[in-house]
Amino acid sequence: MSGRSQTVLGTPTVVRAVKSVATGEHGAFIELNAISKSFSTRDGSSTLAVDGVDLDIGASEFVSLLGPSGCGKSTLLSIIAGLIQPTSGEAHIEGKPILAPYTNIGIVFQNDLLLDWRTVLGNVLIQFEMRGMKREPHRERARALISSVGLSEFESKYPWELSGGMRQRVAICRALIHDPPLLLMDEPFGALDALTRAQLQIDLQNIWQSSRKTVVFVTHSIEEAVFLSDRVIVMTPRPGRVREIFTIDLPRPRGLDARAHPAFTEVIHRVNHLFEEMGVIRG
Amino acid sequence: MHARIHHLFWTAGSFAIVFASWEVVVRLFAMPQYLLPGPGPVFVALAKNFAIILSQTWWTAATVLAGFIIAAAVAVPLAMAIVISPMLERLLYPPMVATQSIPKIALAPLFIVWFGFGVVPKVAVAFLIAFFPIVIDTIVGLRSIDPAMLQLARSMGAPPHRAFLKMRLPHALPAIFGGLKVASSLAVVGALTGEFVGSDKGLGYLLVQASGNLNTALLFATLVVLSALAMAFFYLIEVLERIAIPWHASQRTHPL
Repeated sequence: MSGRSQTVLGTPTVVRAVKSVATGEHGAFIELNAISKSFSTRDGSSTLAVDGVDLDIGASEFVSLLGPSGCGKSTLLSIIAGLIQPTSGEAHIEGKPILAPYTNIGIVFQNDLLLDWRTVLGNVLIQFEMRGMKREPHRERARALISSVGLSEFESKYPWELSGGMRQRVAICRALIHDPPLLLMDEPFGALDALTRAQLQIDLQNIWQSSRKTVVFVTHSIEEAVFLSDRVIVMTPRPGRVREIFTIDLPRPRGLDARAHPAFTEVIHRVNHLFEEMGVIRG
Repeated sequence: MHARIHHLFWTAGSFAIVFASWEVVVRLFAMPQYLLPGPGPVFVALAKNFAIILSQTWWTAATVLAGFIIAAAVAVPLAMAIVISPMLERLLYPPMVATQSIPKIALAPLFIVWFGFGVVPKVAVAFLIAFFPIVIDTIVGLRSIDPAMLQLARSMGAPPHRAFLKMRLPHALPAIFGGLKVASSLAVVGALTGEFVGSDKGLGYLLVQASGNLNTALLFATLVVLSALAMAFFYLIEVLERIAIPWHASQRTHPL
């Protein structure tokens, strides 16, 4: 199996599995050192959501955090965004500690969070208004961006006139319009049907390839993580720890055929087994 | 436009049915005038006393409007303060709920003692009774925003006041209008109660007079005008709502 994939790709190692990356390595765009986060529960005790995560993410890298529900992957994303502070450990972006919400960023949540009272264009331009900037100078760029995701005819429509996939495209435009170097995505396609989801994955890959932003992508879909990512970080069930990191060396752009690639199916297979080992999936 | 005519037709139809059944009941049971006058005598009474009814209507309408506007002007900012500050919530919310446990109508005689027989005690009762639903619905509206929306605002570097004005407040508008609509009917009840207790003006005063004279036709005429006033008031707020939140699901006219 692995021999065949090597000949097809012509690269010596298609898939590498590493226990953990070296930490404290300078030059990484995002550095997470021994990050732990516990939440206090209603009865006064505390739950450990994330436990000692070490992770470095390079500039322009597409990294997925993959794990079962409640494994702390969204918590980790919020820590990177500076929306919550870790209980212990340190998080840095470009060498600077993250102590407040990091604003040079675009975030996409599972819920598109579009404002019902604004048109598609207005929803994209809110990014500037919330930053206290004028929206007019950015109008043309916003229209071009909306057009690039195939919604040019819908720019003056309201969110309730759009399908779920279209709404999420608008949310992605809103996250990209100010051209941030970092894009955080928290199960952005989780609520979409399979076909729309596959299309948006391809669209996202295209956006990423042309803009080369750093993307941290949270998902519980193994296929989605492998298809999109440079590296897939597999996390354990709560408390979330980094269980294994897969480097996906499949060539880009990855089309529909990539999913049939032996290297692709091999990683899927291995991650599935990993989940079985951790008791997430019972065979 | 066709839909609007259609709508008007059904509204007129429902009124026609009400008046027809009224007439039928009066004739069938041979009701005496002083108990239940038919629609005919009521409209005669309305026409005969039109000038006096109209002048009393303006008086009551002004009282209702004053009470309602003061209620909205106090309730909405108060609800905002309660939502923004947990400290203010602990300070203001319990006493506010406690005052609501007093039947506000029972306060009308006290207000007469305090404020005399003028317009003030009527406005005060209208205010008190209209106030509570606006506060409660505004709080619910402001609180019902997705917490992720506020996180998004923070990641956009928005100061809290901007997140409030651009996200929270517009999001709460449908609920606020719900509260205003309930309050609009209640303000009429409040103003009328004030007029019952002690007044020489207004539709409430006219009702008391007509009842005292067993002038049931005039009583009914006044009731008709009163319900027309309350309806006009309710629809005025609906029109404002349609202008303010055309985007909301409740306002969408065309199907998806």
